Amino acid sequence: MGIEGVGARVARKEDKRFITGAGRYVDDMVVPGMKHAAFVRSPHAHAQIKKIDVKKAQAMPGVIGVLTGKELKADGIGNLICGWMIHSKDGSPMKMGAWSPLAFDRVRYVGDAVVIVVAETKGQARDAAEAVEITYKELKAVVDASKAMDKGAPQIHPEADNNLIFDWDIGNADETAAAFKKAAHVVKMDIINNRLVPNAMEPRAALGHYDKAEDHYTCWTTSQNPHVARLVMSAFYNVAPENKLRVIAPDVGGGFGSKIYIYPEEIVCLWASKKTGVPVKWVADRTESFLTDAHGRDHHTHAEMAFDSDHKILGLKVETKANLGAYMSLFSSATPTYLYATLLSGQYNIPAIHANVKAIYTNTAPVDAYRGAGRPEATFVMERMMETAARQFGVSPAELRRKNFITSFPHQTPVIMCYDAGDYAASLDAAMKASDYAGFAKRKAAAAKKGLLRGIGMSCYIEACGIAPSAAVGSLGAGVGLWESAEVRVNAVGTIEVLTGSHSHGQGHETTFAQLVNERFGVPLDSVSIVHGDTDKVQMGMGTYGSRSGAVGMSAIVKALDKVEAKAKKIAAHLLEADEGDIVIENGALKVAGTDKNVPWFQMALAAYTAHNLPGGMEPGLKETAFYDPSNFTFPAGCYICEVEVDPETGMTEIIQFVAADDFGNIINPMIVEGQVHGGLAQGIGQALLEGAHYDNGGQLLTASYMDYTMPRAGDLPSFKVSTSNTPCPGNPLGIKGCGEAGAIGSPPAVINAITDAIGSNDLAMPASPSTVWAAIRATTKH
Amino acid sequence: MSDVSLIVNGKRVSGAAEDRTLLVHFLRENLGLTGTHVGCDTSQCGACVVHVDGKAVKSCSMLAVQASGSTVVTIEGLANGADLHPVQAAFREHHGLQCGFCTPGMIMTATDMINRHPEGLDEATVRTELEGNICRCTGYHNIVKAILAASKTMSKGSKGKARQAA
Repeated sequence: MGIEGVGARVARKEDKRFITGAGRYVDDMVVPGMKHAAFVRSPHAHAQIKKIDVKKAQAMPGVIGVLTGKELKADGIGNLICGWMIHSKDGSPMKMGAWSPLAFDRVRYVGDAVVIVVAETKGQARDAAEAVEITYKELKAVVDASKAMDKGAPQIHPEADNNLIFDWDIGNADETAAAFKKAAHVVKMDIINNRLVPNAMEPRAALGHYDKAEDHYTCWTTSQNPHVARLVMSAFYNVAPENKLRVIAPDVGGGFGSKIYIYPEEIVCLWASKKTGVPVKWVADRTESFLTDAHGRDHHTHAEMAFDSDHKILGLKVETKANLGAYMSLFSSATPTYLYATLLSGQYNIPAIHANVKAIYTNTAPVDAYRGAGRPEATFVMERMMETAARQFGVSPAELRRKNFITSFPHQTPVIMCYDAGDYAASLDAAMKASDYAGFAKRKAAAAKKGLLRGIGMSCYIEACGIAPSAAVGSLGAGVGLWESAEVRVNAVGTIEVLTGSHSHGQGHETTFAQLVNERFGVPLDSVSIVHGDTDKVQMGMGTYGSRSGAVGMSAIVKALDKVEAKAKKIAAHLLEADEGDIVIENGALKVAGTDKNVPWFQMALAAYTAHNLPGGMEPGLKETAFYDPSNFTFPAGCYICEVEVDPETGMTEIIQFVAADDFGNIINPMIVEGQVHGGLAQGIGQALLEGAHYDNGGQLLTASYMDYTMPRAGDLPSFKVSTSNTPCPGNPLGIKGCGEAGAIGSPPAVINAITDAIGSNDLAMPASPSTVWAAIRATTKH
Repeated sequence: MSDVSLIVNGKRVSGAAEDRTLLVHFLRENLGLTGTHVGCDTSQCGACVVHVDGKAVKSCSMLAVQASGSTVVTIEGLANGADLHPVQAAFREHHGLQCGFCTPGMIMTATDMINRHPEGLDEATVRTELEGNICRCTGYHNIVKAILAASKTMSKGSKGKARQAA
């Protein structure tokens, strides 16, 4: 490892622009002639649109255009779709209701876009939006998935009877039933995974520009996957053919899943730009983000786990109702199925599993993948169950887990996944040591003297990243392949550009991807540029989500680097009159091994482009492309331990310490990996203690601002103790597993296990706000 | 419309703004200083913090006309040419940023915080005083570390200057 190579704690290249205010986000873009858009949105959760009158709005100062869904339909713009087909257990395809980018006959959630207003200034667009008169006939709404299938619940889409989108199952029901018959103990729980709003700090934005001269569209958008956006907008929404549409996702201020999807606004801004003849920019305000960004989680689950008399798990039964909101977002069907139920084996040997998932429409914002996407929900079920079982059996939570750990690999679970590598006991041991688990009893006694309830809780999570291979996900219903692309361009002076289909929105790819190149060729980081986020520069890519950029994106770069290295060595061997097999690359030069004969990297590159003296038949130039399709998912895993103090007088929880021991396989830049864990932990602790999206029964979002939705702030969190162990992933050339989501996946059950340990009541909903905890304490003490 | 004139990052600037124009929008749209960000609509997130007459202010909570006559420093004006301000350098060194969107506001808040605490800072004070700035990426761990480190660097620097002055 060099000072800038793989494994080095290199400060980030991209920081220079961010710390000086020179970052360029979509809202910072200015195009000549650009005008501003505001959307008129439904104030009702469920209503028929009787009439839309735009005359007053059209006459307002500065207004350029006021456009409706009818015009959009007339121009052939298509409905939004969900790109992952799930079949119900009876074999029928999921029931996808129509989602028009601008609603024209019915609105189905508060925030549903109905009209776009384009005006000279943002203020004028908003003023005019308020002057649009829409007559609605209100309909009954339902917001709770556990009630949306009841008799008398409103029918939200004609396509989905009883609001049921699919009724899917996985595993083996008969074997699981048989396992339960043999059980000595059965642990049962009802578990709610609370609804969250992702809240990337940069609100979503879109700038659509139709160039009449070229008959070409450009869309600057806050996207985690601009190529997927182009593909979907072209193939399904009929905005423009791919060769006439450029999508640029410049600096993007966080995503956490919410910027994977293609939303109505970018489609409508592109269309409106052609209609009005001006570039159209829209930037969400925070309330619009709360209302219309895809939300996360919102599962209602009943789970039962069967154990033998020796406390070994025999079987697991899970029934989950997943709220998908008013429309099916792009990957909404995959999250509560293949990203959730396939992880229900946890880190444990479970011979039989059966899970049933019902996906349900409600009059709420669409729900899709949010950091972790399905795996936090699975982990919360598993780790609350394990902790509860340990308490019921009166055994150590650590030892119950250890007894059931999977210890040999590969391990085929009953729910599709084949775990390739791991050492779960190592993470558990590391976390127990770092938290001084053995010394907890003393600390609890000391806290009790102060009148505080101290508790400790753990969570042993496993997750799956780098969803692949493409053929496998295709067979499970994915509408896309999940490979990644890379192009490595060595310039004539030896500097290097790497074009990647991954997208960085905080992950630091400009640094870590360059570290790979430095490791291979010794070229300084400053001489390596990472190019991403522009469909005119990078031919195709699948973007960044599911912690895939390391395992899949970087592996594609490795493949391209292999090809570059092979050609570079051929050129060097020719120049040095040596055998190709004797060439090694060291300290920025290609050398004949064991001699002092060498050619500097830049001279080799120059030779490739002058082409005066190349091996016979070799094409000039040095540029290689690769597509990489992994052979399997990757399986990051770890153990988290949370220690809390609860004030019984107020219900206030303080996190005293939080320990994370993760196995991410090999690591490119430990500083960046730690940062990913910190951020994930904050979101997971946020879910456990603070965050929750609440609709009233009429479908109004009560938590639609930072005054109402509790974001974790610095004072809510401790400094974290993080460490990693390493069982390299055998499935990709770098041995990487992925680290982007683990923190958010593993932490909620650790926090809730700690609080329930402290207060002596196992029944505690998330978020465990002071009032919730206080009520739980009162419920246990007031009988 | 009203005339607004300010000294921004050491330069005298003026322009016409609607009475309802917020300082943040005047900075971003009239002056093209897009380093100051808008992350919310309730003055909660702190992405828009700038210094107005030497104090950290959420520039979404002030009208441009209210600020007229003031001296404003934005993230673009914090570094001394190519030399980063110690807080900027500490954020980079300690990985106190990921997506970068909250970062300008964080850095401006942190600079003000350190200036107000020449005696030095501890973790609890930093966490308490970051109450008005939300970050969704870092979990604050490295932001806190960066601010504590910058506070140390700056107090050494100011002691050095004080000695020189004496």
